Amino acid sequence: MADTVGGPEAQFRAFLKQGRFMIQRSRSTGKHVYYPRVAVPGSGETDLDWVEAAGTGTVYATTVNRTRDGNTNLAIIELDEGPRMMSRVEGVPAETVKIGQRVKARIAVEDAAEIILFEVAQ
Amino acid sequence: MTHPIRGKTAVVGVATFGCGEAPGWSSIELMCQSAVLALADAGIPLHEVDGVFAATATHAFPTMSVAEYLGVKPRYFDGTNVGGSSFEQHMLNAALALDAGLCNVALICYGSNQRTASGKLVPLSEPQPYETPYKPRMPMNAYALAASRHMHQYGTTREQMAEVAVAARAWANLNPEAFMHGKPLSVADVMGSRLISDPFTALDCCLVTDGGAACVMVRADRAKDCAQQPAYLLGAAGANWHRTISMMPDLTVTACAESGPRAFAMAGMTQSDVDLVMLYDAFTINTILFLEDLGFCPKGEGGRFVAEGRIAPGGDLAVNTNGGGLSCVHPGMYGMYLIVESVRQLRGQAGARQVAECDVALLNGNGGTLSSQITALLGTAAAL
Repeated sequence: MADTVGGPEAQFRAFLKQGRFMIQRSRSTGKHVYYPRVAVPGSGETDLDWVEAAGTGTVYATTVNRTRDGNTNLAIIELDEGPRMMSRVEGVPAETVKIGQRVKARIAVEDAAEIILFEVAQ
Repeated sequence: MTHPIRGKTAVVGVATFGCGEAPGWSSIELMCQSAVLALADAGIPLHEVDGVFAATATHAFPTMSVAEYLGVKPRYFDGTNVGGSSFEQHMLNAALALDAGLCNVALICYGSNQRTASGKLVPLSEPQPYETPYKPRMPMNAYALAASRHMHQYGTTREQMAEVAVAARAWANLNPEAFMHGKPLSVADVMGSRLISDPFTALDCCLVTDGGAACVMVRADRAKDCAQQPAYLLGAAGANWHRTISMMPDLTVTACAESGPRAFAMAGMTQSDVDLVMLYDAFTINTILFLEDLGFCPKGEGGRFVAEGRIAPGGDLAVNTNGGGLSCVHPGMYGMYLIVESVRQLRGQAGARQVAECDVALLNGNGGTLSSQITALLGTAAAL
């Protein structure tokens, strides 16, 4: 536990800084939680452990921001553990990203902070 | 059994001011000018206001600002901010406060000068730690993501979404107050407009305007002696399932699937009793989602339901008769205008766009990123 660094958000970011994509799992129910919280949303279990995310998931929804600076993807990814998260799918033209596509996470640094991005799984 | 607050209160005054562009007017001025006009509409003197309800994107303490500006001393006030749906929540809370005798004259008001002040939607949101790092353009991206999912799951098409914008424009062309009045729009125009967040083009997105709006509520016993025909609050209910779009349980089902049935139950009514449907159309997908979730068509059928002009003037169902946020007015928090248009239609004051025999209006406020949904039913004395 990285509980010396503060609340769940700070712990999550500390793991990311170490290159680890961690999510939470309730010991009693086995339910995974993202984003990091102090209790399982809806049911309230506080027996949350940090577990390594598989980093694999599926595109649940996708859009393309079309600006003068080019096109960028924005997506909601459903992790294989169940929870969903906002991210971007990169490495392919933004408009080719499709719902249902398998994707794989990687940790990148953006604006001096670690961030989880996704690429199309091979 | 009749719900204890059904029909106990009514909207007796409404007004809009500065809709479209109001250069040189501040938000508080637009809000309070609308309040003064709504009180005049009701025939109630300012000094009788003892309940103040307000929300804006620019005031930290809107009820304090309104009370001070108007020089009223409210004994009940509520600045609940659930985005564009705030005013539907205020209406429900005002009904409770009036019915409990906590106040006697409730003023609900809103104002924004975002168009002339900044030219864009003024965000009132704090950064979201698990979304902001991805640089989303909110709220547009959130609704585009929901649209992508609806298209994937139900085969909803770009053309069907464009039909929503076209119907809104056709209504706006019957409303001299609408910002886009006099500017015809076709499906081809919407489809051919600049793609900004797939699947949305610029014309799938609401306007950025200025505007103020207000309404006045009293108990039913007083309402019948007011200057205008009362619009009775028959039912209202809210539901809130998430804050950020990435945490929405199902991007194709909004919380009005829950608030709608509760509002109908309070009113003792069903969809077939509704003469006018006013839905918060920040984006074209909203109208489709809300028609489904409120039970006007089955889930997934919204796109096909709006096709062929069904919600346009002369169609089967009158939806967003002022022209909506898409073509009438959208100063950032549009919910207040749902109330104003509903009341005008129920009074028979809607001119060329008047819905024949309009006794029951359903309005659905939406706030955040499809987050907060508040459904209300207003009706004439005939609907009591």
